[in-house]
Amino acid sequence: MNSFKNLFKFNVRSTTGSYGVPGEGNSLWIAVGSTVFFIILWYLVTTPLLMPPVVDDESITNDEEVVVEEVIEKVPLIPPLFLPGPNAVYDKFVILLTEEFNGGTLFDHIKWSMFRVFSAFLLSIVTAIPLGLLTGLNVYFKGAFDPPIEFYRPIPPLAYLPLMIIWFGIGELSKIVLIYLAIFSAMVINTRSGVRSAGLEQIHAAYSMGASKFQVITQVVLKAAMPEILTGMRVGIGFGWTTLVAAELVAAQAGIGAMIKGASDFLVTDVIIVGIVVIGVIAYAFDLIMRYLERIIVPWKGKMT
Amino acid sequence: MNTETNELVLDNIDVTFSGRSYDRSEDVHALSKINLTIKQNDFIVALGASGCGKTTLLNVIAGFLRPTEGSLYFQKRQGRTKTKVATRQEIVKPSPDRGVVFQKHALLPWFNVIENVEFALKLQGVDRIKRREIAEEKIVLMGLEEFQTHKIYELSGGMQQRVGIARALASDPAILLMDEPLGALDALTRETVQEIILKGWEKTRKMVFFITHSVEEALFMATRLIIMSPRPGRITHEFKLDFSKQFLKGVSARKIKSQAKFIAKREKILDIIHSDAT
Repeated sequence: MNSFKNLFKFNVRSTTGSYGVPGEGNSLWIAVGSTVFFIILWYLVTTPLLMPPVVDDESITNDEEVVVEEVIEKVPLIPPLFLPGPNAVYDKFVILLTEEFNGGTLFDHIKWSMFRVFSAFLLSIVTAIPLGLLTGLNVYFKGAFDPPIEFYRPIPPLAYLPLMIIWFGIGELSKIVLIYLAIFSAMVINTRSGVRSAGLEQIHAAYSMGASKFQVITQVVLKAAMPEILTGMRVGIGFGWTTLVAAELVAAQAGIGAMIKGASDFLVTDVIIVGIVVIGVIAYAFDLIMRYLERIIVPWKGKMT
Repeated sequence: MNTETNELVLDNIDVTFSGRSYDRSEDVHALSKINLTIKQNDFIVALGASGCGKTTLLNVIAGFLRPTEGSLYFQKRQGRTKTKVATRQEIVKPSPDRGVVFQKHALLPWFNVIENVEFALKLQGVDRIKRREIAEEKIVLMGLEEFQTHKIYELSGGMQQRVGIARALASDPAILLMDEPLGALDALTRETVQEIILKGWEKTRKMVFFITHSVEEALFMATRLIIMSPRPGRITHEFKLDFSKQFLKGVSARKIKSQAKFIAKREKILDIIHSDAT
């Protein structure tokens, strides 16, 4: 019993004890536990272990031999057409690594999707961050660019996908622009609110130390905005992955979204799940990298109030 | 012998914050006819109820806020009797000749302690070696030499404020403006930092304009104590005090604060503030 308690104590160790900030502490082991739990749950509902089949009494009398066989063969809670088991998906994953499906191996699909998402991401970094800074620093820019950005931001990308295709064709451009738009608004808005992070006293302090307005902006305001700019990048790339499948719905040669679309046309459920897991894992891995960078670039984040 | 003295003159300062341009009744008359001459070696403490315009006055001196009427300037006097005015330098904007220490430290969290202190000098284009030298000197003055490379958020509140003071001193200002620098500190830390400030003041001989809510702190620190009163903010009383000088001559702070004279002054000032507030 005691060792069981210690296990949990270890998990949620916090620097400030029981009366610290709610939600503080290291959650790594809990995260591992929850992942394992969901995989086991997935395994249990898709593997013919637990559930005996429903036996129709009348059929027994009609043809005994067949029925006996059915009784022995157990059926999973959820049939593979709806949800294939983890081992089936893993087998498919291994096959997809070497064999082509819907225009390429899994590597080709990943390569194309990452190319699209990261092109859009880089394009956003070089455009959205400067525009966010300008709208944050200057009322004219704010007035001019706020309405269009706030207008299109809540519209689902699928709604303007047809427009993108009409304007930019069915090639790479329309796909990248669609993902780009999804990332762009999130990054602009976060960057803009980041500009407000520097406190008036910090700005006053800089002026009283002889800073020019330019120095105040470059040495104080922009540095104070860094945590939120990075948050904008994290949120933005998340939207990028969200939009990926929509972008690859139309006439994509390859890509994870295109692979999923192809698989759904033929009801190949295991390929769909491989696609989902691959997107999730790549996005999560990238987010972990971003969080690591955050700790290096803005170690003060959340520590100053 | 120094034949030149510097002083900061506030000449009939008036500050009105206008509410709506078409409705004058919304205006807030924050400061009214402030006349004050801060001389070299003055440690001026401003005391008064919340909303009496102490911070507004500090913002005016710092140059963050332009007075609606009146003017303020540095004035250099020459000659043996110091009656001849040599130069006048109008104050129109913030400048390193007026260092500011804020209630919340307002340090930059991406810099460590010494980088924060150096920052003012970096802005002014002082070269690397020189600015490190000056910064180290100010850090020693504030007793922080062991914490030079610490991050700001690793320090206690009292230390953060001392870094803030070291930073304000780095550009060698003529006057140090402190807006309730110790307001957020606990009583014990507060007394320690009071003593550090007084010792630093003795060594640097800056003019000081110091805002506080604490009567005891005001009495202990000030050479000149001004009491302000709200609506409109104005200076109602001024006292010349020598408790800080006693401290610097070696009398312990506790002994000073328990003197009958100190307690009598404290009660008198509390009376004034309470009668102002009602």
